[in-house]
Formats: sequence, C-alpha cells, structure tokens
Amino acid sequence: MTPPIHPEDALRELLRVEGVSVTLAGRQILENVSFGLRAGEFTGLIGSNGSGKTTLLRVILGLQRADAGQVLVLGRPNTGRNRSIGYVPQKVLLDPDMPLRARDLVALGIDGHRFGFPLPSRQRRDAVEAMLHAVDAERFADARVGTLSGGEQQRVLIAHALIGRPQLLLLDEPLANLDLRSGQEVVSLLDRIADEQQIAVLLSAHEMNPLLPVIDRIVYLAGGRAASGTTDEVVRDEVLSALYGYEVHVHTLHGRILVVAGPTEDPATPPDASLKVI
Amino acid sequence: MHWIFESGFFSSHPVHVALFVGSLVAVVSAVVGVFTVMRGQSFAGHSLADVSTAGGSGAFLVNVNPLLGFVAGGVVGAGAMEMMGVRRARGRDLATGIVLGAAIGLAALFLYLGTTRSSTTGASQQILFGSIFEIDGSTVAIVAVFSVVCLVIMAAVQRPLLLSSVSTDMAAARGVPVRLVGLLYMLALALAVGLSSLAIGAILSTALLIGPAAVALRLTKRIGRAIVAACLTGVVSVALGVLLAYDSYDWNSSHAAWPVSFFIVVLIFLAYLATELPFARAAAARRRDDDPMVPAHGDR
Repeated sequence: MTPPIHPEDALRELLRVEGVSVTLAGRQILENVSFGLRAGEFTGLIGSNGSGKTTLLRVILGLQRADAGQVLVLGRPNTGRNRSIGYVPQKVLLDPDMPLRARDLVALGIDGHRFGFPLPSRQRRDAVEAMLHAVDAERFADARVGTLSGGEQQRVLIAHALIGRPQLLLLDEPLANLDLRSGQEVVSLLDRIADEQQIAVLLSAHEMNPLLPVIDRIVYLAGGRAASGTTDEVVRDEVLSALYGYEVHVHTLHGRILVVAGPTEDPATPPDASLKVI
Repeated sequence: MHWIFESGFFSSHPVHVALFVGSLVAVVSAVVGVFTVMRGQSFAGHSLADVSTAGGSGAFLVNVNPLLGFVAGGVVGAGAMEMMGVRRARGRDLATGIVLGAAIGLAALFLYLGTTRSSTTGASQQILFGSIFEIDGSTVAIVAVFSVVCLVIMAAVQRPLLLSSVSTDMAAARGVPVRLVGLLYMLALALAVGLSSLAIGAILSTALLIGPAAVALRLTKRIGRAIVAACLTGVVSVALGVLLAYDSYDWNSSHAAWPVSFFIVVLIFLAYLATELPFARAAAARRRDDDPMVPAHGDR
C-alpha cells in the first residue's frame, strides 16, 4: 500500500511517517501507518475518539516510541525535542487564577524551555507583538489566559506554538468544545498561516466537515490503520470499508460528508436502527 | 506605640534572629508557594509538612538539629511522591493520604519518646509549633544555606516549570526535561516546607507556603508581581507576628508570651480575608478584564 519514496518527494516533504505501529497495554493502537506532509499544506487527521490520533501525534513529536516504523522530520529521524515542530495539545486546562497573560504564554513559546532568567529585549517583545497580531489576539493580549473564551485560548496556544518558527504545526482536537463560529475562525486562521508561512499544518478532529473547505489532504484513521490523500481519494466506500474492516458508505448531503456503517439493506432490521453515524 | 520601643524590641538578640530567619523563610516560602498554588499542589505541600514532622521529631529524638530532620523528611517524602506521580492522579492522592497518615503516626511516637526521655513538653511545642525565638547561630547558617539553594533552584527552573504547569505535553514537546524540572521543584518545595517548619512549626508550615501565595494570586495577573506580592505578604506577616508575640509578654501579669506562630498564621488569614472583601474582589475582577486602556508596554 505504501508508495515508494522518490528523492524529490522526500525533499519537498517536511514530515514522513513510515510504517509506524504502536501497541499500548497489549492493544494495537496504530498498525503500519504511513503518510507525508508537505510545506504549505493543511492536512486533516480524521478519526473517531480512540482511533489513535493523539498517539500518532505523540509519535511524531517523539513523546511516544513507535514499536515499528520511523518518523522523518525534514528528512532526519526525530529524536524528540525538535524545534521544527510546533504543538497544540488536546484539552489544555488554563486555570482562571493562573497569573499568566496571553502575551506571557506566547513569550514562553520563545524561551520557555530555557533555564534561568529571561533577558528582556526589544526583539523578544516585538516578536511577541507580531505573533499576537498574526493570530489576531492583540485585543486580549493583557488578559489572563484562563479567563479567555475557548476560541481565544486556541489562538493564544497557536501563537505560542508558532513563535518558535516551526516548519510543522500539529494540533490535537483544537475544535473540540468550540462553538461553530469560533471553530471556523480557528480553521481559516490556520489555513492562512499554512499558506503565508509555508508550513505544514496537521490538525486532528473527529469531525471532518468543518475542515472540508480548507484542507488540502486528509489522513483518515480507523481500526489503527490510516489512509491518506485528497478528500476525494480517501473518503470513498471502498477505501474506508477496507480501513474499518466492515462495510461503510459515504453519503454527501449539501456538500457535507456522512460516513455510515452498513449493512443498510438488511431486510431483518429496519434501516434506521442499524445506522451508525461515524 | 511607645510601648514597643520601651520593651526593648529592637535591642533583643533573639528578636533580631527571629526577624532575619523569619523573613528569609517567608521569602523562600512565598516564591515556592506561588508555583505550588498555581500547580494545584497545596495538598502535596501539606503532605510534605507532615512527613517532615516525622523527620524533625525523629531528629530531635536522636539529638540532631531538627531543621536537618525536617528537610530530610521532606526530601524523602518529595522523592516518594514524585515516584508515585507516574501513576494516575487519583491513585496519587490516595497514596499520599496514606503515607502522610503513617508519617504523623511516626511523629506521634517520636514526640512521645522524646518527651518521656527528656521529661519536658518542649519537644512537641518546638516541633509542631515552631521555635523562632530559640534559634542558635549554627542553625541560622543552615537556614541561610538552604534558603539560597532553594532560591537558586527556583530561579533556574522558573520558565520550564511555568510552561509545564500550563501543560506537561506542551513543555515536553518544546524539549523541557519535564521529570527533572518536576524533581527539582519538589526538592525546592521540601526545602521550603522544612524551613517553614522551623519558623512556625511543622503542622503550620503550609500556612506560610500557601497563604501569601494565595493572597498574591488574587491581586495580580503577572507571575513576577505575584511573587513580589507573596514575598511582601509573607515578610510583613512574619515581622508583625514576631513583634506581637514579643509584645504579648506584657499583655498579662503572668508574663506568658503567646506563640509567635499563632500571630503569623492569623495575620496571613486576615490578609486572605481582605482579598475576599467586596472591593478587593471587584478590583481583582477589573484587573482580569480585558481593558484596552491598560498600556501594553512595561513588561517585566
């Protein structure tokens, strides 16, 4: 299934995940997962809860060891602590009492890993200011991060991840718990950033529809296996059925995609009862 | 307030030592405490105090400086808690609770044995409620060394610690050695709790750790200012507490001075209550609000 890597592809690729398998506590989470990310592309990592999205992102970051396969970041094996990857984890709980302004959290993206005292510099301040502007967060830059709305917090976290000038940005379920409009704003912000800064964005979500207008490619995770390509290439009956290991159907309704488990023509049960929206 | 000067407050050597040690301990506790409150580890701080009670009372029993016992107990407790930290938070709470129960039981035994052997009740009083007026020169030196070590650790880990307090995943992804930073912080916490145990007593030490930090976190939204505010709250509470305890000697004809720990803890509590007052809450809320009139410059 894995396409051979051509040298020129490998050059343009910022990330290559190659045959990655992970078993946690006796359960196979990922099985021979392979895909690549290129500069300027916005990729959706789609899968239901428990499909291994977070594990896959942690493997890419070097926070989780793969039992088999490898991850190449900019053509080199990832040893962890890679400055070229920006990361927005899932469910960052920001306490309202935490004495941290939005601009402080963004500044931690520059040198939060360093020991000792920060040197206050004009350059550092300007970089924070420019980043806050880039994610349209100047308005609430001086508010405590814990008091911001979910969408505002996501922007600040994105700014924190981007200020280190990574070439890859990974986001784990950033749209969960956001209202529809905030979700749309975050998605279009990321689309603009991927394009302007020519970085590769990989965003995980259990719902693909909010991403469809902007994503260039999709990595679909199900049953521990992955299929990748454009949405049209991946979101098809035969591809997804092979992933899930049982029959599923893809329906399109007013431009929205619905993946439904079969069988739908079983005469013994009424169709509605056996429908399962994934 | 002529009575303060008449009673020789500023010429008493024990008062000088108490003010010096008390202020140092208040600063150390405040710096560590801000992170403890922010990380939601007040319970861990209290547990360390209980474990260090066992260490302090054990040291007293074998004629070792109780401060060394406090700190040794705290360090062992911190190491144990960090090792348990690998597992789930709920299991950690349970294990911590059981360990601290056992530690207090051990302290009860040590204090009982110490009291029967030396036939004084001074041991319990000194270990549990502090001995800030009875600190000898060699202990002052140890206090100074431990304080410097603790402050150096906190200065070194402040940024990675802050980042991993926001999210350990985010910190790990940025290359922060999360376990090492956590261990160093627990070591600093053990030192702070040990020092605080010496000053105001093992079972009250959490008050000096958590109280000023909690007050400060209500007053400002910037961590640098929160640390300064916590230090000021702690130092003022300790200094006033020492002054009132010294003065309480003359409050009744029997000349029985009240314990200094009582005054310090009450003052911290009053400071905390003050931040709960309606006008203070309104001011804090205003500070939290996104106010476009606040100038953006003036970074720390």
